[in-house]
Amino acid sequence: MAGGADTALEPAPREEGPRGAGALLGGLTGAGGRGPLLVTVALVVAAALALTVAYGLHDVAQRGVNGLVSGSYFALGAVGLTLVYGTLRLVNFAHGDLLTFGAYMAFLANVTWGVPVVVATLFAVVVTAALGVLSERVMWRPMRGRGAGLLQLMLMTLGLAFVIRYGIQMVWGTVPRRLDVDVTDSVSFLGLRIGSTELVVVLVGFAVLLAVGAMLRGTSLGRQMRALSDDMALAEVTGIDTDRVIVATWVFAAGLAGLAGVLYTAAIGTMTPNLGFFLLLSLFAAVILGGIGNAFGALAGGLLLGLAQEWSTLLVDPRWKVAVGFAILIVVLIVRPQGLFGRAERTL
Amino acid sequence: MSPVLAVSFEALRSADFWIGVGVLAGTYAIFTLGLQLNVGFTGIVNFGQAGFMAIGAYAMGILVVRAGWSLWAALPVATAIAMAAGVLIGLPSLRLRADYFAIVTIAFAEIVRYVAQNARGLTGGNQGLLGFDDDWLDVSDTILGWLPASMQDQFLLPLLIVVWIAVALLTGLLALLQRSPWGRVLRAIREDEDAARALGKNVLAYKLQSIALAAALGAIAGYFLALNLSFLSPESFEPQFTFIGFTILILGGLANYVGVALGSLVIWTLLEATRFIDLPLAAEKVAALRFVIVGVALIVLVAFRPQGILGKREEMVLRE
Repeated sequence: MAGGADTALEPAPREEGPRGAGALLGGLTGAGGRGPLLVTVALVVAAALALTVAYGLHDVAQRGVNGLVSGSYFALGAVGLTLVYGTLRLVNFAHGDLLTFGAYMAFLANVTWGVPVVVATLFAVVVTAALGVLSERVMWRPMRGRGAGLLQLMLMTLGLAFVIRYGIQMVWGTVPRRLDVDVTDSVSFLGLRIGSTELVVVLVGFAVLLAVGAMLRGTSLGRQMRALSDDMALAEVTGIDTDRVIVATWVFAAGLAGLAGVLYTAAIGTMTPNLGFFLLLSLFAAVILGGIGNAFGALAGGLLLGLAQEWSTLLVDPRWKVAVGFAILIVVLIVRPQGLFGRAERTL
Repeated sequence: MSPVLAVSFEALRSADFWIGVGVLAGTYAIFTLGLQLNVGFTGIVNFGQAGFMAIGAYAMGILVVRAGWSLWAALPVATAIAMAAGVLIGLPSLRLRADYFAIVTIAFAEIVRYVAQNARGLTGGNQGLLGFDDDWLDVSDTILGWLPASMQDQFLLPLLIVVWIAVALLTGLLALLQRSPWGRVLRAIREDEDAARALGKNVLAYKLQSIALAAALGAIAGYFLALNLSFLSPESFEPQFTFIGFTILILGGLANYVGVALGSLVIWTLLEATRFIDLPLAAEKVAALRFVIVGVALIVLVAFRPQGILGKREEMVLRE
């Protein structure tokens, strides 16, 4: 895959960046050098400056804050999608519905059973991760064993997406559901308003993102996951227990998807059975922006997409902002299919 | 049988039911013929067929309602618009790998649906677009007049007749095209793109023609959908309809045009029959059940019988 970050297979990492925020940035500079990262940062800064000149600092900053909120759940959803793709060559059209599943599991625990929202969120993450592992055991591993082709697997993920989404609709209907959180209260700082639930979402989202970045970069399991995502056969000959890492990848991908679903619902206020499919193309956009298969790229792509969508509302009517995300997806695929941070080395 | 799962087979004996199923099955057979041409015969993974259907149907509706054209003038122009959209989306993205192309086409179809939803001045948005079918209703009344008096109260019958004539004509036409040198080149591209290119064939041009034809078939399906509903709204063009098309495609068998009509009849009978299962559920939940059935059918078919009912394993298996 083109957008591979540096892997565990190299004798020594070129630069072992600091943990946390540094790990995220360090990961992005791995494959294509610092060039693409600097260009991207420069473009974002230039866009922010141009918009500030045109629309004033307050509007740009306020929408930037909104963009970071949506960017945090885009990033969490996208990282699992990209890892599953990279590791298993599985374009998982059911990934969005894992977000939906997470949201409804949180609803079940939080509202139906009356469990506190934090515990309900953990429950949702665990159950969604279990669903991911179940799909691997029941569907994806047997199909890999039979040498299933790309289209075959894509169609099966679509079938699974239907089963999850409409299974949820059969149980809970299409009535919008809410978690037991306060979405009306808000806090202000420096003249910017953010809902207090949104603030929690953005803080939890970023904390998990940084933990994910550190885990992928710093731990042995994280390096093995990226190694598999880069080149499965090569990872296998170096003695990595690929079966174990694949299961870990599913736990990780589906668990984060479940969390992203809960955070989305907390930020937006309501959930419907369509929410995951609605988000799926935005997640694909984030994945492709960052270079498909590149976990760090997906994290950055998610944040960029959140900013781009919110800033676009300065220029066009807000009802088009989702379409802006899809347009970004198409333009990136056509102009730079290896993503912002990848090298155009292997054929697409 | 317990009252919870009481199934009323009475409905299955009614003409209304079968006429309704027949119109839907015919419409989606035309829709899926386009997918068959792309997926089964050219090896292009087109996930945006619902988008082409939407472009055709809305172009027709807008030309008639907003520009005051006659329906018969609007149909060829709307078809040309859908084909142009196919070329436009294919030109930059056909060089991408199959999985990327699939994502681009589904994103394209979603953009089309967003435009239909939000460009309210043109499309009517979620309120829908009405009043494009007067010309058709005249024809429909004429056809009804030819039928025996006992059938005169089935107002969808003329549409059923016309849609299945269209299915038969288009299936025959595609089968003929497939036997032509043009069709053989498409199959060569499906089997080995590089070999076709090495023989001096312009692969991109052939793929664009395949996409444009599929878009035209999608548009034609869109007209029948519009005439059936008398009403255009963005909900009719959600991506899941593309995947119902794929389920029909796999069920009927890849690389088999006749199988498409058969697959469509099976799927729509199954989907519409769920309406009559007397479950103690709200309508939206029964609607959800239908899509769960599609999902399970898709998974099971693809996993265990990827060549479909009428597909030949040696001709085309669902592997790259």
